Amino acid sequence: MTSVTKEDSDQVAATRGRYDRLIKRDKVHGSLYTDPAIFAEELRNIWYRSWVFVGHESEVTQPGDYVRKRLGLQDVIMTRDRDRVLHLLLNRCAHRGNQVCNDARGNASAFRCPYHGWTYRNDGELVGFPFFKGYGQRKLDLNLGRVPRVDSYHGFVFGSFETEGPSLLDHLGAAAGEIDRLVQLSPEGRVALSAGWLQHQTRANWKLLAENETDGYHPQFVHGSIFGVTGSPIGSLYSDASTAVTRDLGNGHSENDLRPEFRKFAEPLRWFGTTESRVPDYAAAMRTKYGEAAERILIEGGPHVMVFPNLFIAEIQVFNIQPVAVGECVQYSTAVQLAGADELNRRMVSQCVGSVGPAGMLLADDTEMYERNQAGLGSLTPEWLDVRRGLNREAVDDNGFTVGRATDETGMRGFWRQYKSLMEAP
Amino acid sequence: MTAAVETDAGLGPVPDAFNRHAVEQFLYREARLADEGDYDAWEALWTDDALYWVPIDGEGGDPQQQMSVIYDNRRRISTRLNQLRTGKRYAQAPPSNLRRLLSNIEFLGGRDNPEGGVDLEVGANFLAIESRARGTRLWGGRNTYRIRHGESGLRLAFKKVVLVDNDQPLPTLGFVI
Repeated sequence: MTSVTKEDSDQVAATRGRYDRLIKRDKVHGSLYTDPAIFAEELRNIWYRSWVFVGHESEVTQPGDYVRKRLGLQDVIMTRDRDRVLHLLLNRCAHRGNQVCNDARGNASAFRCPYHGWTYRNDGELVGFPFFKGYGQRKLDLNLGRVPRVDSYHGFVFGSFETEGPSLLDHLGAAAGEIDRLVQLSPEGRVALSAGWLQHQTRANWKLLAENETDGYHPQFVHGSIFGVTGSPIGSLYSDASTAVTRDLGNGHSENDLRPEFRKFAEPLRWFGTTESRVPDYAAAMRTKYGEAAERILIEGGPHVMVFPNLFIAEIQVFNIQPVAVGECVQYSTAVQLAGADELNRRMVSQCVGSVGPAGMLLADDTEMYERNQAGLGSLTPEWLDVRRGLNREAVDDNGFTVGRATDETGMRGFWRQYKSLMEAP
Repeated sequence: MTAAVETDAGLGPVPDAFNRHAVEQFLYREARLADEGDYDAWEALWTDDALYWVPIDGEGGDPQQQMSVIYDNRRRISTRLNQLRTGKRYAQAPPSNLRRLLSNIEFLGGRDNPEGGVDLEVGANFLAIESRARGTRLWGGRNTYRIRHGESGLRLAFKKVVLVDNDQPLPTLGFVI
């Protein structure tokens, strides 16, 4: 928006007033999850502006590799060109709008539109079109659309439709340190997301998922069935007595920091439900790589962090949340694979398959809650959702972050502060 | 274990020891027990070396290295059913109403099993109707079974369920498919 007319500024003021009315410190309005007009504004102000997680570089390792992705409602082709540069191209022919890529993944130096044969290199440039005399020239300045800014952090690829704005590192802020913690679990300091993605259709607004990811209040209730059957110690991490904390990391990011609990036990790999003696090669490789620090890394385990708006890293698995409509989204989930840790990687796939996706013994129940929540929000009263839990006992930690107890809604409040600031931005 | 999930390699001629009518009755029973949520009877069908696999992206890759919707050994089948038995597996509480059809039953061949015998490999198409509060949905695909003679009748050693839409987003699959 270069010039602001009276009409524009009235609209901005109305929008600002609206989100002030809908988002309070201790409650948020139900229409935020059900109003199609708000969803349309979210696409514009969040999904097509802010940095959004798209995929991982390990999904396109070779020149010519490509994989179809979603970014908001956009059908995006993540490609690696012959110079190994990553691109996020929009799957729409510049001629008539047909889809130029129709396979989920593959390797190709070019995409040829099936409708009239227009052909684009995998960096998006139009390289040819049949019967050029009809255009009076051999070259046309018509290329595939693209996500203008693409950047990655430890291979996690993000895109932003805004040509200028905060850098990815600015956006990640303190959440970058959590991705560092994940990568540190590899004796080579690298992770891959190479096990394929489950796709879980969810009839609920995407924000119910984003809020839930660091909600430490629900696990004992929603997941009591599986914790009880397996004797899992996860439930106690989120008990009323837990020493774990919920941290608002700023920029809408939040974490359940479980390290205080794991430090109490001081047992390497307890976070993974195993012991050093069961994965001796991995433990040895970690000690070689990290020296004295290895003990701490092995005790503390992986992060449990929600990166605004759509990347959730839950210790050994990664989720990508993408909206479909105001009341529908898709959760993509996969197991983390640690470079140099073959001994762990199969266990990670196995544990992850047991937990996540449409039949997962954890996530299917979360998803049932999301969908019932969405249905419940159709009720006329009470109009609000309450997010006050822990406001009475929040503190600020040594790094200036707001911290609540394990079961507090500190993360949700951080989410809503960022959401409001993006939705009110001109 | 990788060898155990291969679908073409290792497939020998159809073993003689299986009666077509008995096998069909066994498969229909397995389907009915799953439809009716009779978890005890359904669990009793499985052998100790059971594998229950619902892959993604067509036939799926190596299930130990690639994600699957379900990849359960005997122990995890038990865990899954025990979770259902709590009545607090919310993805299936309240339970779905289900009925499924099996069709195109083919004897595909024989496969050596760890007990020194030969399992019968059977293919069948299926169509399942699931009704729950979320709505009514059709699930359809191709099943591959491995069936073994046990002391008290036929047993199930392997079931692979290839959903026709397993390359697309799938809704919650809380029931035994």
